[in-house]
Amino acid sequence: MADIVPTAVDDIPSAEVAEVDLYHARSWWTKYVFSQDAKVIAVQYSCTAIAIGLVALVLSWLMRLQLGFPESFSFIDASDYYQFITMHGMIMVIYLLTALFLGGFGNYLIPLMVGARDMVFPYVNMLSFWVYLLAVAVLVASFFVPGGPTGAGWTLYPPQAILSGTPGSEYGIILMLVSLALFIIGFTMGGLNYVVTVLQARTRGMTLMRLPLTVWGIFVATILALLAFPALFVGCVMMIFDRVLGSSFFMPAIVEMGQQLSYGGGSPLLFQHLFWFFGHPEVYIVALPAFGIVSDLLSVHARRHIFGYRMMVWAIVIIGALSFVVWAHHMYVSGMNPWFGFFFATTTLIIAVPTALKVYNWALTLWRANIQFTLPMLFALGFIVTFVNGGITGLFLGNVVVDVPLSDTMFVVAHFHMVMGVAPILVIFGAIYHWYPLMTGRMLDEKMGQFHFWVTFVGAYTIFLPLHYLGLLGVPRRYFEMGETSFIPASAQDLNAFVTVVALIVGFAQIVFLFNLFRSLRHGKVAGRNPWKAASLEWQTDDVPPGHGNFGEHLPVVYRWAYDYSVPGAPDDFIPQNVPSNAVAENHAEAPSAADGIEAPRT
Amino acid sequence: MADTQPDQNHPYHMVAPSPWPVLGAAAVMVLAGGAIVFFHDGGPWIMLAGLAALLYVMFRWWSDVVREAQDGHSHNAIVRIGLRYGMALFILSEVMFFFGFFWAFFASSLFPAGGTWPPKGVEVLDPFDWPLLNTFILLSSGATLTWAHHGLIEDYRRDLVRGLAATIALGITFTLIQAYEYSHAAFGFTEGIYPTTFYMATGFHGFHVIIGTIFLTVCLVRAVKGHFKPDQHVGFEAAAWYWHFVDVVWLFLFFSIYWWGS
Repeated sequence: MADIVPTAVDDIPSAEVAEVDLYHARSWWTKYVFSQDAKVIAVQYSCTAIAIGLVALVLSWLMRLQLGFPESFSFIDASDYYQFITMHGMIMVIYLLTALFLGGFGNYLIPLMVGARDMVFPYVNMLSFWVYLLAVAVLVASFFVPGGPTGAGWTLYPPQAILSGTPGSEYGIILMLVSLALFIIGFTMGGLNYVVTVLQARTRGMTLMRLPLTVWGIFVATILALLAFPALFVGCVMMIFDRVLGSSFFMPAIVEMGQQLSYGGGSPLLFQHLFWFFGHPEVYIVALPAFGIVSDLLSVHARRHIFGYRMMVWAIVIIGALSFVVWAHHMYVSGMNPWFGFFFATTTLIIAVPTALKVYNWALTLWRANIQFTLPMLFALGFIVTFVNGGITGLFLGNVVVDVPLSDTMFVVAHFHMVMGVAPILVIFGAIYHWYPLMTGRMLDEKMGQFHFWVTFVGAYTIFLPLHYLGLLGVPRRYFEMGETSFIPASAQDLNAFVTVVALIVGFAQIVFLFNLFRSLRHGKVAGRNPWKAASLEWQTDDVPPGHGNFGEHLPVVYRWAYDYSVPGAPDDFIPQNVPSNAVAENHAEAPSAADGIEAPRT
Repeated sequence: MADTQPDQNHPYHMVAPSPWPVLGAAAVMVLAGGAIVFFHDGGPWIMLAGLAALLYVMFRWWSDVVREAQDGHSHNAIVRIGLRYGMALFILSEVMFFFGFFWAFFASSLFPAGGTWPPKGVEVLDPFDWPLLNTFILLSSGATLTWAHHGLIEDYRRDLVRGLAATIALGITFTLIQAYEYSHAAFGFTEGIYPTTFYMATGFHGFHVIIGTIFLTVCLVRAVKGHFKPDQHVGFEAAAWYWHFVDVVWLFLFFSIYWWGS
């Protein structure tokens, strides 16, 4: 890699530095409202996403209370239950996970990690956040309109989603569709930014194959989102038209309460196709940033380079590409042609290859590494285990013949909660513990963090492992209550009650995490510069936390990849990306070096 | 990278704080809220107010962008590449948007619910009547736009202005013909799956034609004012790309929905 930057380059100030003073924010308004700083926008995105995520957490408690102790809570009736399901799913998948990974981590980390001063389109970035906030506001508004939010299920399948028997079919469904459309508009603006920033604003020496895997994950996920979200947008627009104008995209001729409705000729399956054409890439929109972040966390906290960097990059790209040709594995029981099932089962299982490759590489990164059991490392390890578990049940569900009896049971619920619920959320926690010192200059409290990790990790298993079993027994998903059946033993109800109790405990443990976040702002241990001794650029800024413009007067110049840990012969056990290579330091011994006194490492 | 441009260290365009993003989002909020009220049989006035506010913000915001483009240093070569990437990606995501509408059309037409396509009783438009004329109009508009582009590259402003004006005229003609065709079509939007997919795809295309026409009109004004230079005209390029994209979508619409689908 040394041939890419043959000589040390003197720092040259960016063309605009002297002239325009970088437009540092001077007041509250210019900092938070008219802002253009990706880091501020990232924090705004994250706080909004976490706040709406708490709503989803409460909804899941309410659902669990109903499932665990049916007929004990008079304030939850069947309509409420379906509304909780719908809003919980939608919020978690889109308004929390997508927004937090791309809007939150993407905004914060991309410019810092590629060595840019900001996103390339800062205004559009700000607009992206405000439109996202608006989408969240419209979504929350649906709790307060007559009829409440829609209860169509988070997949919003027509025709039932817009027929009058469904809860929230009056206002709720329209608010939901408008909110989704707004989210997609806002996201597209942010997404253009992330992609162009990665392509265009990398600092000198930062080749694509030197990018940290976090950036690769977010970059590919954003491309997926730019291509997949329009399908959902189109679906939303068509459904609004069906609902409001009486068109028939998704509506077959239908009889409701003995009345023939005016719809006719449309296809409900079309919506399922459009939804899942978005919905499956969506899984990877959430998973790829998690893959990338976890790779970086493992490497930093195991003090070892990531194993098979190029393989990891290509695995991310291949998973991204394949994710567009697997969508109909969500529709095996929809009545589509069985040949489709054969095709989509094959592509689905092929995705397991690059995914397994990533898991092997994580394991090999840890092999004989100097593992530090810090909080980010614990969460990263937790992610790998959980992800493998969820992935294995994915093999069951990806096969048509195994899926058919399992579909619409709790097994499916357990599968996707493990693989794209718990697993990415563990990464989010790990990433917050890892980058909080960079964002605030203070460490999160270790003891509270340990408590948070163990309760969350063990709790997640205690909640979702029994759900697999319940699913195999045949307990259906999305049922308000089971009632008496001949095939489900009475003990299933006891298990459900147990799961509910654990879910409440795990939920309350998150309050400890939130308390930790707020308390450490003021009272956390001062982190200092680069507390994890990480090699990537975001830790090499002049100020901690980095100020507006990210890097001081000079942009860093990159000489190496982001994974030079435990390099033999180096004075420290890591070499930051902006330290010139061995040959450079020798040939230009007289030149002022960016090495800050680090002697020439033998690489 | 290091050995190509040793005197440049990523000159970004760092921007000043701007009120337009948050005001734009506020305008969208009024627009979306108004739309929800309108969908529930309230009046359209809140929605229209939101639309007006949004248009105002867009005008002011893009005026700022044009001013930056003219200040001589903000939009340097690297920033311009970024803008081009951005426009190309935006068009890519628009492609996926139309992909969805075509999906709806083909899902309904290849496997028609009633067994035939077009469905029984639908009196379809003759593709070799107005639609063929519209095809020729859009294709010629692509040619006149290329004429304008060549005029721009050769620094020959008269050709630039004339080419742009001709393109805009053709675009407006297209929209008028489309409006005439809609008003004389024998089927309404909600009368079954054929009209629904037809109006949705062609309607959104028409909407894009109108946006493209406005975009080109802005370019015409800027061309008359002499904003574009042979080596610096990202605004024109973006408009041209957008117009060609709209053009290609029309070809697909014409061949699949108008011709094959009838």
